Amino acid sequence: MVANVTLTIDGNQVTVTKGTTVLEAAEQAGIFIPTFCHDPELSKPGACRICVVEIPGARNLPASCVTEATEGMVVYTASPAVIEARKTNLELLLANHPEDCLTCNKNGECRLQDYAYYYGVKQDAFKGEKHNYPIEDDNPFIVRDMNKCILCGKCIRMCEEVQGNNVINFAFRGFNSIVTPAMGAHYADTEISNCVFCGNCVSVCPVGALSEKAMIGKGRRWEIQKVTTTCPYCGVGCQFDLNVKDGKVIGVTSTNGDVNGRALCVKGRFGYGFIHHPDRLTTPLIKKDGEFVEATWDEAISLVAKKLNAAKDTYGPDAIGILSSARVTNEENYLMNKLARAVIGTNNIDHCARL
Amino acid sequence: MTNSIGEIADADFILTAGTNTFDAHPIIGIKIKQAVAKGATLAVIDPRLTDSAKLAQYHLQLKPGTDIALFNGLANVIIEEGLYNKEFVEARTEDFDAFKQTVAKYTPDYVSEITGVPAETIREVARGYAKAKNSTILYTMGITQHICGTHNVFSTTNLSMLCGHIGKESSGVNPLRGQNNVQGACDMGALPVVFPGYQPIGVEANREKFAKAWNVESVPDKPGLTVGEMVEAAGKSIKAMYILGENPVLSDPDANQVIHELESLDFLVVQDIFLTETAQLADVVLPAASFAEKDGTFSNTERRVQKVRKAIEPIGNSKPDWEIICLISTAMGYPMSYDSPANIMNEIGKLTPAYGGITHERLDVCSLQWPCPAPDHPGTKFLHATTFSRGKGKFQPVEHIPPDELPDAEYPMVLSTGRRRYHYHTGTMTQRTGALEVFYPNEYLEINCADAEKLGVCDGDKVRVISRRGQVELAAQLSERVTPGLVFTSFQYPDVPINKVTNAARDPISKIPEYKVCAVKVEKVS
Repeated sequence: MVANVTLTIDGNQVTVTKGTTVLEAAEQAGIFIPTFCHDPELSKPGACRICVVEIPGARNLPASCVTEATEGMVVYTASPAVIEARKTNLELLLANHPEDCLTCNKNGECRLQDYAYYYGVKQDAFKGEKHNYPIEDDNPFIVRDMNKCILCGKCIRMCEEVQGNNVINFAFRGFNSIVTPAMGAHYADTEISNCVFCGNCVSVCPVGALSEKAMIGKGRRWEIQKVTTTCPYCGVGCQFDLNVKDGKVIGVTSTNGDVNGRALCVKGRFGYGFIHHPDRLTTPLIKKDGEFVEATWDEAISLVAKKLNAAKDTYGPDAIGILSSARVTNEENYLMNKLARAVIGTNNIDHCARL
Repeated sequence: MTNSIGEIADADFILTAGTNTFDAHPIIGIKIKQAVAKGATLAVIDPRLTDSAKLAQYHLQLKPGTDIALFNGLANVIIEEGLYNKEFVEARTEDFDAFKQTVAKYTPDYVSEITGVPAETIREVARGYAKAKNSTILYTMGITQHICGTHNVFSTTNLSMLCGHIGKESSGVNPLRGQNNVQGACDMGALPVVFPGYQPIGVEANREKFAKAWNVESVPDKPGLTVGEMVEAAGKSIKAMYILGENPVLSDPDANQVIHELESLDFLVVQDIFLTETAQLADVVLPAASFAEKDGTFSNTERRVQKVRKAIEPIGNSKPDWEIICLISTAMGYPMSYDSPANIMNEIGKLTPAYGGITHERLDVCSLQWPCPAPDHPGTKFLHATTFSRGKGKFQPVEHIPPDELPDAEYPMVLSTGRRRYHYHTGTMTQRTGALEVFYPNEYLEINCADAEKLGVCDGDKVRVISRRGQVELAAQLSERVTPGLVFTSFQYPDVPINKVTNAARDPISKIPEYKVCAVKVEKVS
């Protein structure tokens, strides 16, 4: 039996299992605490300190993501001291952040932007040096703008702890700290970086530092409708969100899949472009004198039915072969099996499981 | 898979055979890496130095086509050293004595001669697999795409039963399936000898059940042809074919012959989202909607049934495949119509015990792993917990069988084919994404530096790969991933149709072609 502890958060009594952090206890009670570096799936560095709270008797304002809830603990998540600390934290981050919300692809889905708005923090509190890193966009999948990075390190931990590729880490110290592959290599230098372009780093970036390249300029986050579906590639069955705007798929983003969580591979995350490729077949075709000619559905279907019936009548049902598909749905494979066995009357049905 | 994907991360010993997991199943690769990070031992059986082989504590770099000998050798050590699970063997299996007798001659030294794997490595891996609390075997086409593919699979199941490493969490025999719904296509009876749910067509009661449900007098009892047999019979006993979402011109072995056979049909209709190499040979091409344009379900490699949801309208005049099949059936004189794929699933559930409790309504709440026989059944995480499908697990003693075509003086090298991380199957989709094919635009032939030196080939030089059946040209990539005498490439590039070269010899039981071994010669293109 797991022991419980009861604490008081902003005057509300909250009972949680022992070992729960103050942040998790607040979440369970529906009380908002901002976070940058915290992620429930990843290890807890307690680094960004935006989640600080006030606990009377504590030495300073502790980070709620790494502070364990204890019996009788009293927590204030929005006291004047807490608000001031968070505002200063945001002011320092904004002092070295590009003023690019107008065109930033993460506009509308950026924690820095959200918290600045929430706490009324503007950009000009501190003046100082600003980074001017070149934007890394020499691969077709991911754009890295390290000028926008707030060094929360979630991408590093996602790559290490979930993906297991250890592509990136912090380099240098202080103002010069940067998230980078070994020796300053780009992701695209795969011999050095070991990057496989799964994009799982992008899925946890809370700001505009990491973006899906093909989604840039294709739609504001609030214009996008997300439809959760199953990946069409290998047999793992990852789930993801198709991002749709104006009837067009403009990207793929992580959801919380039963098999994959938020993790995807390069094909699942970046391989959706075929959907709207100009080579897509858009009308039935009938071959006449060796050339394909566009046809109506009625013409095509009646020709298919006529020819299949003719083969069946002349040579028997086993003169027809049906290849179903490992790409299409269960429902469609079931219907192909029904078509072969009930309608045509043959067991000549197979698909490419062997290939 | 007997187990679930998530369970791999908690295995103590992972034995992979013929799976380039990090490239072909990256998300399962993640689970392997997580297990290793937690202290699991990873042993990789593969002729190539794949990324997972680099991570492994043991890389058993066997000669292509010697898997049975290796698995028998592992069993030999385990029996010889008394490490097998006597309780499990006694209670859950039969024919152990015959198995023991067969593997007796596969001593580590003998197996080392056949496979090229050091005898001491065989001993260590055998001990590790047998002694670990939870050992699991993962395999893919490196096991099945041989003329002895079925026997290769037998040899993996023999090992798991010998140690009782099956029927429990994180411990089993797990084929990793390569296509989004290859599991579902099999589950749904897109196979020549079974109805949906693997109900044999040879059983009269099954035929009566389906005939009644489908409102026809009878359904046929004669076993059908497999894909390879169908294509071979094209123009002979097969006069017409209806091909849905398949591209045998690129995916089947001995491609020149495939093209010739499909061309000799009286009538070919192909239904696809692109004008594939196969569709180009068709008399009628029907434009299908992609996965983003329709509702339905896919079943993954761990038997998990999940929703596919319509996100956009079908492109142009294309239609979802299920609607097209209904139109054809109706035009052929058998009216077929459904309001939605959800209704088709309701019909599937009534006829398929393993899917009996699966409906779209339930899947909207959470995915379900079959067997899920009833509406209140939670689904099944791992199989064979208390009994095997046939009751007791049967040891299938199997002997080493050399590949159909071995290297000789004229064709001195072995060609093996597979997949690349950035591409999928025949490339129909991944060559048209605006991203994957941009990053990985050209196919190449992996060749060992020693072989390249002999041929005077430098990295990037164009080479010709020639077999008794055909030839292709592509760039060479000097690589330590392959051993001397072995070359490797994928079948995912229309401009490198490697299946013109591969051997159509098939496993007599599964009819899977031997893509992993054929004899070739490699020449520099001057």
